[in-house]
Amino acid sequence: MVVAREDCQRIVLTGVGLTAPNGNSPAEFREALLAGRSGVCEYEIRYFGKTVAGVCDFDELRHQRRKEVRRGTRAGSIGIYCAREALASAGIDWDNRDKSRVGVFVGVTEHGTVETENEIYEIKAYDYDCRYWSHHHNPRTIANNPAGEIALNLGVTGPHYTLGAACAAGNAGLIQAVQMLRLGECDLALAGGVSESIRSFGIFAGFNSQNALARHEDPTKASRPFDRDRNGIVVAEGGCLYTLERLSEARARGATILGEVVGYAMNTDATDFVLPNAERQAECIEMALARAELAADQIDLVSTHATATPSGDVEECKALARVWNGVCRTRFNNTKSFIGHAMGAAGALELAGNLPALADRVCHPTINLDAPDPECERPGLVVDEPQELDRVEYILNNSFGMLGINSVVIVGKV
Amino acid sequence: MTASEIREAILSILSDLAPDEDLSQLKEDVPLRDQLELDSMDFLDIVMELRKRYRVQIPEEDYAALTSMKSTVEYLEPLMKDL
Repeated sequence: MVVAREDCQRIVLTGVGLTAPNGNSPAEFREALLAGRSGVCEYEIRYFGKTVAGVCDFDELRHQRRKEVRRGTRAGSIGIYCAREALASAGIDWDNRDKSRVGVFVGVTEHGTVETENEIYEIKAYDYDCRYWSHHHNPRTIANNPAGEIALNLGVTGPHYTLGAACAAGNAGLIQAVQMLRLGECDLALAGGVSESIRSFGIFAGFNSQNALARHEDPTKASRPFDRDRNGIVVAEGGCLYTLERLSEARARGATILGEVVGYAMNTDATDFVLPNAERQAECIEMALARAELAADQIDLVSTHATATPSGDVEECKALARVWNGVCRTRFNNTKSFIGHAMGAAGALELAGNLPALADRVCHPTINLDAPDPECERPGLVVDEPQELDRVEYILNNSFGMLGINSVVIVGKV
Repeated sequence: MTASEIREAILSILSDLAPDEDLSQLKEDVPLRDQLELDSMDFLDIVMELRKRYRVQIPEEDYAALTSMKSTVEYLEPLMKDL
């Protein structure tokens, strides 16, 4: 059984807002995942040239004026869209909400790279004369920018900040929200992750120099976690923010409860800048299970992190094999095979793609797994077609990142 | 550039800075900030755009001259007459 807590210490998800390369709402996203529809397309960016990427097409002007879009960042726009959509889906009476009791906690892999590249590109036309460097540079590049733009747009006066946690950031945003709600620092949290990384040529060039950037003649087949012919990451943009509340207050206002964060953990490899460490990943998963007082075989669905790099997928599979040694009822899938790697948004988005399973018991598949890598053999991996399960009570969401940062979130049915 | 051309240049900059606003009714001698939603960052944008588009350098002590359309055009006329 899951650990017993008073309702005021139980933190639940009550709304989701998202934009993904294959959907601009939770319903669109879920439908694409069940239909096997990729969101990866051809993409071109200055200096680097042609590549593939996951690109979002949500309407920025739905929740922002043109002036706000011009002044802010793409990450800010993604965050504002997701936050407003999450509040709407949660049925929160925003006009009458105490904005000083709202917290905004947004995971980011990086922030400021895109804006800095843009400024350097601009002043190149002026022979690198720094008098042409924009006064918008600092407010656009400060690390809290995406969360701050959300707070500005919504008039939130409670705490706001980003959590720089590489590709573990989406989960880190959620974990921060759980902790702040339990501490009583806020009554409502907007949390998850965002990424504008596809606007940076340096992200693509960096992965390419690392021999970790995906390439394929068909963009929709470029992201191939666990496949023998995988050749790297498809960079994607996206965002996903949740509204989180204490169960007692969510119930009091009659909210629809999407799930409860019953366990989480974060730890560090402390072994390498980029290479993952299966042992630490397994420890992180085990710590989250222990906190939730759940055994591995009580987890019905695992959303894997695998990014389709040669070593990353193997290491995660080793970690999974250690935790789910001999267990076969748990099902596993991978959302990056559809949308690529949405970096800071990945953990939050991938959870959102699976969250409906708590209600419909359907596990979406992993696509592009044509020839499984023997080193990535994972019993229970759902491939190509959705699978209806007998029961889905608990979902475990993996998210790992560079510099050896690991995060795991377990969400249970309420 | 003539006064009329300078006015058009400023309008072009303002249309980029305040894309949600109607500039057709702009009054010449009323402060821009009283007619449009402009803040200090926007005024820095006006200075920056004049620098980028016309290489006009405006020292900080002269920023007050950019208050209204009329005062801005008058201030810029000698600086831009040879452009």
